[in-house]
Amino acid sequence: MAKKMSGVLGLWSDESKVLVAARKVREAGFKKFDAITPYPVHGMEEAVGIKRSGIPWVTFGAGLLGGVLGLYFQYWVASVDWPINIGGKPFFSLPAFIPVTFETTVLFAALFSVAAMILVNGLPAVNPKILDPDLTSHKFAILIPNNDVGYSQGKVEDLLKELGADEVRLFYDY
Amino acid sequence: MMIKRQPLITVEKSLKEITDDICAPVERFPNKAWWCGLLCAKALFIYYLVAIGFVFAYGMGLMGTNHPVGWGTDIVTFVFWIGIGHAGTLISAILFLFRQKWRTSIARTAEAMTVFAVMTAGIFPLIHTGRPWLDFWLIPYPNQRGPMWVNFRSPLLWDVFAVSTYATVSIVFWYIGMVPDFATIRDRATHKVRKLIYGILSLGWRGSARHWSHYEMVYMILAGLATPLVLSVHTIVSFDFAVSGLPGWHTTIFPPYFVAGAIFSGFGMVVTLMTLVRIGFPSFKQYITLDHMEVINKIIMTTGMMVGYAYASEFFIAWYSGNPYETYAFVNRAFGPYAWSYWIMVSCNVLIPQIFWFKAARRSIPIMFVVSIFVNIGMWFERFVITVTSLHRDFLPTNWGQYAWTMWDTSILFGSFGMFLTLFLIYLRIFPAISIAEVKPVRHVGRDGGGHHG
Repeated sequence: MAKKMSGVLGLWSDESKVLVAARKVREAGFKKFDAITPYPVHGMEEAVGIKRSGIPWVTFGAGLLGGVLGLYFQYWVASVDWPINIGGKPFFSLPAFIPVTFETTVLFAALFSVAAMILVNGLPAVNPKILDPDLTSHKFAILIPNNDVGYSQGKVEDLLKELGADEVRLFYDY
Repeated sequence: MMIKRQPLITVEKSLKEITDDICAPVERFPNKAWWCGLLCAKALFIYYLVAIGFVFAYGMGLMGTNHPVGWGTDIVTFVFWIGIGHAGTLISAILFLFRQKWRTSIARTAEAMTVFAVMTAGIFPLIHTGRPWLDFWLIPYPNQRGPMWVNFRSPLLWDVFAVSTYATVSIVFWYIGMVPDFATIRDRATHKVRKLIYGILSLGWRGSARHWSHYEMVYMILAGLATPLVLSVHTIVSFDFAVSGLPGWHTTIFPPYFVAGAIFSGFGMVVTLMTLVRIGFPSFKQYITLDHMEVINKIIMTTGMMVGYAYASEFFIAWYSGNPYETYAFVNRAFGPYAWSYWIMVSCNVLIPQIFWFKAARRSIPIMFVVSIFVNIGMWFERFVITVTSLHRDFLPTNWGQYAWTMWDTSILFGSFGMFLTLFLIYLRIFPAISIAEVKPVRHVGRDGGGHHG
């Protein structure tokens, strides 16, 4: 993941307020800020300006790979490496190979998608810094890092207070 | 006219109260009822292990499978447990894709039921092979015997792939769903060891909006993959039977019939477990409400009638086909030496769930508990009827015989419940049994100003 960042954070205890705040922060011109919520908040992606996740492409590619490999492996086993006449059926018995092809497709698609999610999210994170233990329970935060466009500590603190944050403070090494 | 939605959580709660309620069973010392349950389940589990040990040591001759009934308790109970698992995936994946918000509070436990049921089921084919120390031959791996490969044209091998894929994807889906909740428990932990264990399980999750965005996408993809997967699994299980040439097995109705039966039996088990969870953890009654149970009971009655239709349809086709062997197989099922098992099946699966036409019955915990037990019994007998009655009288009367049930069949059948319940009780104690991060967004559904996104 990216290197550690520092900056200013604001804490909220109301979902709708943090959603409005996130939108306002983005309208104020900040680009690298992040929101931390205990559960996925409906509309937060638009408010923070997050693009649609690209993971479906991974799923598609992995599914294709799984299907092709699964079918090819069955063809290779049954027709090339160990061809046995079973009940007079052709060595490459396509209809009989479909169920396993389907299963390998699903297996590859699922496992690669999960691996992609873990990878792009920078997980697993060993001993990550927890800014506030309530952020996974009932509080919401907006973090504005000090390398963001037009960052100045005083301005950011004023903005977050203005947006109704219960608490505004500095954070380091997140 | 506007019909108001029932609230999904009966008492209005703050976010903190929801966290506290759901984390409580993980954080407090368990009560007496839980210990009693665990001790009983564990005793049964140990008995199961001993029984399996004897069957491994002395061989399959201890069990009732023999000529002509070569598939017996192991296969029957395997299909039974796999079927149980299907309702969990239906709730966690299919109802998720249909945006059914009521699923949120029961999805986690239903998914746990799936995982444990598939684990329990997976043991049976391994016992059934008779030489379990060679079970790794089921996997196609490079070896020094040729290499000799598995036969990919065999439905039994499709089953190996279907069940192992299903187990893997179910476990991953279940685990990924729990990651944010593990983070919640980690951040609440007061003890160092607990913080460490749940910290590892949570993968260091911190709830960033960017992470949630990818996370929700993957969750939806997994639901989308699990949906065709679950249908494929019982379809392929039914191929084990349908692809053979045996009267009573060789029918095209088997895949949908098996899937409907699986969902039916799984929902039966969901009711059995959820009524017990509600008794064991009274605070969960506000999350797993009578409205939830009523919806599940409606599904039980509907799928029960679907399997009833399948029974009738099988009979009709047996007569309509004009095939004497097929006709005999079905007449023999209903009126032959195993007629008792056939009528147990029909009463438990088709007749008894009809009580759910009455709203009072759908909302009565004792009634639904009793019905769910009958459903479990009925669905085990359905697989018994399919497996044993077709095998015991097939084509030539010289080849006919009865299934020689022994005490080892009984031991292994009942012992498997010990394994399942032990896993389930431990799960209730160490994992958050309701999805914290999924329940919070629906806490306003059915209240004024809430649930505005439909």
